[in-house]
Amino acid sequence: MDKQVLYQLKGMYRDDFRVTGYRFGEGEPSVCIVGSSRGNEVQQIYCCSQLIKKFKQLEEEGRIMAGHQILVIPSINPYSMNIQKRFWPTDNTDINRMFPGYDLGETTQRIADGVFKAVAPYRFGIQFTSFYMPGDFVPHVRLMEEGFSDPKVAEQFGLPYVVIRKVRPYDTATLNYNWQVWDTQAFSLYTTTTAKIDQRGAGQAILAVMNFLSRQQIIRYSIPDRVEPRILLDTELISVRTARSGIFWALTKAGDQVEVGQPLAEILDPYEGDRLETLYAPVDGVVFFIHDEPLTYADTVVIKLVKG
Amino acid sequence: MVETIAAVGLPIDERLEIRKHRILPERPLEAAETAAAGRTAADAIRAGQIAAGAPGQAVVCTSGQGAGYASGQAAAYPPERMRRISIVTGIHGDELEGQYVCFELQRRIQAEKEHLAGIVDIYPAMNPLGIDSITRGIPSFDLDMNRTFPGDIDGNMTEYLAAKIIQDVAGSDCVLDIHASNIYLTEIPQIRINELHQERLVPLAQLANVDLIWVHGASTVLESTFAYSLNAIGTPVLVVEMGVGMRITKAYGDQMVDGIFSLMKALGIWRGEAKPVKDPIISRDPQDVCYLNASVGGLFLPSVAHGAWLKEGERIGQIVDPLRGEVLDEVLSPAEGMLFTIRDYPIVDEGSLMGRLLRKEACGRG
Repeated sequence: MDKQVLYQLKGMYRDDFRVTGYRFGEGEPSVCIVGSSRGNEVQQIYCCSQLIKKFKQLEEEGRIMAGHQILVIPSINPYSMNIQKRFWPTDNTDINRMFPGYDLGETTQRIADGVFKAVAPYRFGIQFTSFYMPGDFVPHVRLMEEGFSDPKVAEQFGLPYVVIRKVRPYDTATLNYNWQVWDTQAFSLYTTTTAKIDQRGAGQAILAVMNFLSRQQIIRYSIPDRVEPRILLDTELISVRTARSGIFWALTKAGDQVEVGQPLAEILDPYEGDRLETLYAPVDGVVFFIHDEPLTYADTVVIKLVKG
Repeated sequence: MVETIAAVGLPIDERLEIRKHRILPERPLEAAETAAAGRTAADAIRAGQIAAGAPGQAVVCTSGQGAGYASGQAAAYPPERMRRISIVTGIHGDELEGQYVCFELQRRIQAEKEHLAGIVDIYPAMNPLGIDSITRGIPSFDLDMNRTFPGDIDGNMTEYLAAKIIQDVAGSDCVLDIHASNIYLTEIPQIRINELHQERLVPLAQLANVDLIWVHGASTVLESTFAYSLNAIGTPVLVVEMGVGMRITKAYGDQMVDGIFSLMKALGIWRGEAKPVKDPIISRDPQDVCYLNASVGGLFLPSVAHGAWLKEGERIGQIVDPLRGEVLDEVLSPAEGMLFTIRDYPIVDEGSLMGRLLRKEACGRG
């Protein structure tokens, strides 16, 4: 293992800002794994820390295949994590909206540039990321539609779902999008949670990465029988939205199989406790995403289902 | 008349409402005739047929001035027959310069209401929760509202609000989307135009009494802005940047209000006097602008005023270290030109923008 500072900025009153990477194996740059890019992505940094622990062991045991090098960057934004702020401390910009970066630009553009120079040469890019809405997911892998990444390759993670995302204008400045523009097959791994650690969800995500590396013959690792994943477009997900705002009371959780007509959640009056609304499953399916904050707004998608 | 254009319930005993104030002329019939008469002229402006650098010509376009009054028939002409200008601000909750413009514009219209010949729609707070909580984006989502357009009427709360806003503003003859830079940088009054829409918008912007029209490159990310979304469907939007976040620069506000009267006059919405407008610098070449990014983190102490004319190598300021009492960097002008952006917030990280300079060639002094 080789621990290296990949990018550094001098702090004024804080310790220097450092992006640290861990390299395992020697040879062609095969896979790069990036953890948190925002200050609340604790589950994402945790997944990387567990992968680093695993790779140390694999390296000692000679189970990283010759000719392959793996880079893990647990966090590209430790400054924000240390003050529990989602975006960049001084100007609130999102590093994951600054790729491919610019070395003469503003601070987060420079960070993005420094990170991108380190991660761009890899054949595969895996980013642990989070959704802008608070909620829990079924672990899945996402890739951009019409990009360089191949959904069939994404199946090798062995997660139950591969979601193909229709590109929105703001996606074009993300790490995932730019990776695949520069010929890296890029996959975003959505684990169950973001701001809190879910050991079980993290375990699934770590196993998914091990499955992928093993199937790509980058590591030697005994993998379970392959689950046939379902490939779907993000536009196929069925949204369940609130009509009322109030206290959100979930009656189900991510991963649950539900039947049409089944109550999924209730919205309660925050003053009088009465039930204002019950959200029912519009189809038979699996709860793919569910809101996890105690309050909700009206006209908000709080649940997404995969039909079937 | 104050109208709510979009509303959603918040969790605890509150509704989020986005409101506009619609100001109608005292005599709508005459206004409609004025609009019809002014149509050819206004269309010519929007089609780019007014010569660049001749903003005074705008006044000529108000060909409806001689129309006679026809009192008592006001109700016969519905508002859709009149021309409409929309003043939009507060998409970013920490930018307040537009608040004064909204107030002052109305004060001046009310003082001479008899000259109003079209509709003025004032939207002072597109992001009311942001303004109220001194938050740039939409609070609780930490989302930049100006990356949510054109929205989705069947989407999430934020997408729904964006779609309702677009629905309401669409069809205006001219829209000003007034921004105030951010809390870090001060800007001279300027209009920024995506190069894709320059042909249509530059002639309008020349009437708006700004110092600079900055035509910038197209970027996919910007396709989710309010201005892009409306320009793409044929509603002309001018993006104004002026002043600094969290503050009011009254002189810039007054300058902008004069510009709005000039635009209204050109569009046949205002039949009273409009002051002559500035002849703006128009920058179309990306090489016109030099960016001054901090070479090191520290405290930025400017030594020149905003808008100053600088020689190449002239000192703009210093970056200093208050802990050790050391000067970390001398910030020098990379070229001769005008400092049209200056940093207002003193702390810088490496890379932070301290200013922007428009080269002398672009200022017409080359």
